[in-house]
Amino acid sequence: MNKYLKNYIWVILFVLFSIGSYFIGFNPGLVIYSNFEEFFIEMITFIPFIFIIIGLFDVWVPKELLEKHIGRESGVKGIFLVILLSMLQAGPLYGAFPVAYILCKKGASVRNIFIYLGAFSSMKLPMLGIEIGYLGVKFTILRTLISIPLFIFIGFLMEKLLGSDFKVKDVKA
Amino acid sequence: MVFSNTFVFGLFTGISVLLSFCLDREKTLLGLKKGGKMLFNILHPFLNILILISIVLFFIPDSLIVYYLGANSGWYGFGIAAFIGSITLIPGFISYPLAAALLKQGATYGVIAVFMTTLMMVGIVTLPLEIKYFGKNAAILRNLFNLIAAVIIGILMGWLM
Repeated sequence: MNKYLKNYIWVILFVLFSIGSYFIGFNPGLVIYSNFEEFFIEMITFIPFIFIIIGLFDVWVPKELLEKHIGRESGVKGIFLVILLSMLQAGPLYGAFPVAYILCKKGASVRNIFIYLGAFSSMKLPMLGIEIGYLGVKFTILRTLISIPLFIFIGFLMEKLLGSDFKVKDVKA
Repeated sequence: MVFSNTFVFGLFTGISVLLSFCLDREKTLLGLKKGGKMLFNILHPFLNILILISIVLFFIPDSLIVYYLGANSGWYGFGIAAFIGSITLIPGFISYPLAAALLKQGATYGVIAVFMTTLMMVGIVTLPLEIKYFGKNAAILRNLFNLIAAVIIGILMGWLM
């Protein structure tokens, strides 16, 4: 219970602040609240749907199967699969570092590891869903299409610069 | 805008759930549970950032955003966006409402693309952690290349949107 209270402390304070502003007629407080109301409605009308989709993806798509096919000899198919794999993840970039270690241990090529990081950071499906909701379909598709060749290029460049026997280290949390 | 979002995402979600439910009832329930849990986990950081944006936008006038991030800001706008995007650690999820708000107040698409891309791909704060996994050389190179990629993406997006 205490944990929830701590998580929502700012929300609770904000609600109190807004109610207070309403009763004493504190105008800046009311303007801030109306800003918030607009953002909140914008969010609550589509974000929950995205999480339902993410949950379904999680149970239907076998990630383990994809991980097996991104090794040194994997070529174009490997690049395709590594991007697909990264799109099915969620969370911040630093959450991808341990995954990169596991991929490396399983024999993924250096280039595929860095392509994974690139695609992970900006093409995760849940994020694309939210991006469409906030910035529009055109923005999202264009940004993604521009990003893909750049990531693949960076992947090749990193492999060239680091050598193909580069290894990701294990870090104990 | 808001309601077309609801309609499109709602329709797509509804069809997906129905289809999944017909194929496998248990898997579907498990998926819904997982999705619900993830939503619950991001709810409080999401609400916090909405509160923060609401407050900050009250104090920063539109004209200031237009001046620093708008159409005439040029390389300066890109520089600010790339710098802030690189040093801050806002989860991608909750940076979208901020990006949308900045756009509404007059920032350009190119600047927003640079901001979002650096935010997601370049991490100064997480660099020490990245070095532990990849070594100094690889971590610095990756961040540098991604910074350059972000600027290229920004230029192209500004030109295409």
